Amino acid sequence: MPAETNTARLGQRPGALDLKGTAPGASARHLEVTQYCTFRLHDIVIGIDVCKVQEVLKHDRMTPVPLSPPEVVGLINLRGQIVTAVDLRPQLGLPATGELTASVVVRAGDETVSLLVQEVGDVVEPSPLDFEPVPAAVPARVRDVVTGTFKLEGVLLLVLDPDRVAARLDPSNVSMRSNRNVA
Amino acid sequence: MSVNERDGSLDEVVREFLIESSENLDQLDRDLVSLERDPTSRELLGSIFRAVHTIKGTTGFLGFPRLEQVAHRAENLLSKLRDGALQLDSARTTALLEVIDTIRALLAHIEANGNDENGRDHTELLAKLTALQEPQATGPERKGPGLSAEPELKAAQGPKAKRAPAGAEKEPMSVPGPPAPGPGHAVPADQHNTPTANLGSSSVPAAERTVRVDVDLLDTLMRQVGELVLARNQLISHAGELADGGRTLQRLSLIVSELQEDVMKTRMQPVEQLWAKLPRVVRDLATQFSKEVTLALEGGETELDRSVLEAVKGPFTHLVRNAIDHGIETPAQRLAAGKPKAGRLSLSAFHQGGQVILEMSDDGAGVDAQRVGAKAVQAGLVSAEQLAKMSPREVLDLVFEPGISTAEQVSNVSGRGVGMDVVRTNIERIGGTVDLSSTPGAGTTVRVKIPLTLAIIPALLIACRGSSYAVPQAAVQELVRLEGRALASQVERVDGALVYRLRGRLLPLLCLDEVLGYAPVPFNERESLDIVVVLADGVPFGVVVDAVEGTQEIVVKPLARHLKGVPAYAGATILGDGSVALILDVAGIAGPAGVTQGRAGAAQDGGGLTEASAQSEALLILRVDDRRLAVPLGQVARLEELDARQVEHAGTRRAVQYRGDLLPLAWAAEVLGLASGPLDGRLPVVVCTDGAKSVGLVADEILDVVDEVVHMSEVGAAPGVLGTAVLQGFATDLLDLPVAAQYAGVPFRRALDLASGTAVGAEEEVGANAR
Repeated sequence: MPAETNTARLGQRPGALDLKGTAPGASARHLEVTQYCTFRLHDIVIGIDVCKVQEVLKHDRMTPVPLSPPEVVGLINLRGQIVTAVDLRPQLGLPATGELTASVVVRAGDETVSLLVQEVGDVVEPSPLDFEPVPAAVPARVRDVVTGTFKLEGVLLLVLDPDRVAARLDPSNVSMRSNRNVA
Repeated sequence: MSVNERDGSLDEVVREFLIESSENLDQLDRDLVSLERDPTSRELLGSIFRAVHTIKGTTGFLGFPRLEQVAHRAENLLSKLRDGALQLDSARTTALLEVIDTIRALLAHIEANGNDENGRDHTELLAKLTALQEPQATGPERKGPGLSAEPELKAAQGPKAKRAPAGAEKEPMSVPGPPAPGPGHAVPADQHNTPTANLGSSSVPAAERTVRVDVDLLDTLMRQVGELVLARNQLISHAGELADGGRTLQRLSLIVSELQEDVMKTRMQPVEQLWAKLPRVVRDLATQFSKEVTLALEGGETELDRSVLEAVKGPFTHLVRNAIDHGIETPAQRLAAGKPKAGRLSLSAFHQGGQVILEMSDDGAGVDAQRVGAKAVQAGLVSAEQLAKMSPREVLDLVFEPGISTAEQVSNVSGRGVGMDVVRTNIERIGGTVDLSSTPGAGTTVRVKIPLTLAIIPALLIACRGSSYAVPQAAVQELVRLEGRALASQVERVDGALVYRLRGRLLPLLCLDEVLGYAPVPFNERESLDIVVVLADGVPFGVVVDAVEGTQEIVVKPLARHLKGVPAYAGATILGDGSVALILDVAGIAGPAGVTQGRAGAAQDGGGLTEASAQSEALLILRVDDRRLAVPLGQVARLEELDARQVEHAGTRRAVQYRGDLLPLAWAAEVLGLASGPLDGRLPVVVCTDGAKSVGLVADEILDVVDEVVHMSEVGAAPGVLGTAVLQGFATDLLDLPVAAQYAGVPFRRALDLASGTAVGAEEEVGANAR
């Protein structure tokens, strides 16, 4: 019942700890490398900087929020903190089908947001050499939240910036589902 | 230049100085205003002198030359006043108050920038202070500077307006104020924070028993205790599985409750904090408008959660301004009206039934309901026909509408027609109500009812489409459940809008599912209807919900920024089972649906209907021994069943503790001259109200509610019984409620007759919360 039991703290991964435990300036070589948690939504693989990921939970029950922007799926109780769960698929131009199995809790700006995903992958440490800017062919709304890409074996990793996701949710940027809200 | 600039931040010594000085300045404000009334008080002069002297001494030590200069010059003047070489007059008081404002501005600058170079020129003030040290300023030329003080005060309005940033600094508890730079953002708790320090002005020894605590820390504690309470509640549901029968859990539960109470107390602050600012405000305004005002403050020790106190500061300052600007007349007008020359403005604060009442009354000209009405018609808020049908109370309520001002002249303080609506919006935002009553020529009273705390509020839980929602109890008037025939006959459609006839008045209905964007369930598919009658902007309306789940104390949590744009929600909370529930904002639901805008229309329709149904009475039928007794439903607030063991004796009277208050009881049997039964088992109690007064009427059984045309016969008339009527085919006594209330020692007002009694009662009940 409580969400804690499903919690998998990413920080416990030895790799993650090594990197984060490194004192600033200890090794210039290490600082270039960023670790990413990877997730899948349909056929898109998304990576989020591990520093910004607080935890990954099993997708549990949540309270729907009528009249909210379509991206807001509901509210979850994260150890007493009320966190908004967001479905990224409309933003990424993906169909809203398929089961959302996991909730990636990220810190975005001064708020905590849960991003719902279909599958959780590994933590990867791509070589900075493989980094490429977002291709121009990608739709603008995807480029709004994606800062770049990494070419991995057989897949393209889209680097998602949680801060930008949160900014997109700001009421001033979002057209509300119901015109009642305008009144 | 100073040590602080080098680190680019404030060091401990300076921060300590700022905190201490701002407290001293608040005290100075009060002392100076009292001193003006009692210019010879050596005690006050001594205290003022010491405060300024301390500031001067410390500034010199810390290296703030401009601040030191101002304080030094003021000290010189004060020392002469203290030694009796000079007399305090209006000009000197004004100059000294200006000194305080200047020091405040400089302190704010120091807090923000670490130095006192705020770019303002103080030479004029310094020159004035020097000039006022000359004895002749009080001599034959006394009138001269006295009069010239007026324009000076006006000139001082400029810097005063800019004083705003200093406000945050002088009110150390104000968290949402302008972000103070410097590390830690250590906004200190005021000394008044703990009850032990509640000694008002002379609280020097109390300082030793108090500790300054960061407000953020208190908020964190409060949040954590809230979580603890929720976790405890979850644990209680598993109590049966525990080996020792839950004894440990019971103990834990008790400790958690006490902890919660104590942590709440740490957030409490006396209303004195609000009151303390007023003498200065009143003095400035009275001088500005050439009026004389005596200020009476009462109940400063009443405690409120600091967030609530913070929220009412603005509205109250506005109300005071209003009262002085166009409530209280000029001395000449007052004398002509046969009133004392000086107007009286009194403010009081007290607890009542789990809420705090803040009341402000003046003995000014009062609000002219006719003029308000005329202005409302002029502004297009209501039509002349609607106005004609409105009750005097409803007309007075129009002052809270945007765009209404009865001030003939627009001043820089009031009269622009914005303000009272903002006052009401701000008060309602924190779950409070504002009510205005006025007698033309005799004065105005504004009564503000606010919850004790915002952090934990009682709420009604309702269900809509499988989700629970919380409605703050403060907004809930009553619950109505309609079934079968009543559903078909009492819910009507007027112009596509649903209305329900509640005791002769038309109540607009909103279906929550529809408001929340779900497809509504057609009415003919509903077997029953649960209606939550709520009050928003003073307008009652019904919210149709899927189910009523019960009441619960909830911890209010703010919504994430991206959901703040949705007006339907006031926040969210975590329920006992760990799930999240949204808190509905009643005004936010009403707004888009146009309920509050349609108030005049509804009142008009309701008016017509009340007339038509005036003959039909809604009555509650009780059984007392073998007799049937009817009580006007309009004066019935609630039906309860209480444990006889809860009854407590106070002298010859009996009462029960009910909703945080003592509810006096009257036995219906005794009113009818019968012997009351034994005091055991469950007691059916009818809670009757008249305004804010309540009485519990104990019956043997609550039988039914009828809505029938009453043909009363005087046959059964006796003390306590108005007469007898045939209801549902049985002879039924009609209770004389004021007489029955006498049995409990509570004075109820007498309605003219039974027919109008219901109409008055219904209005009363709705008004009860607003009053």
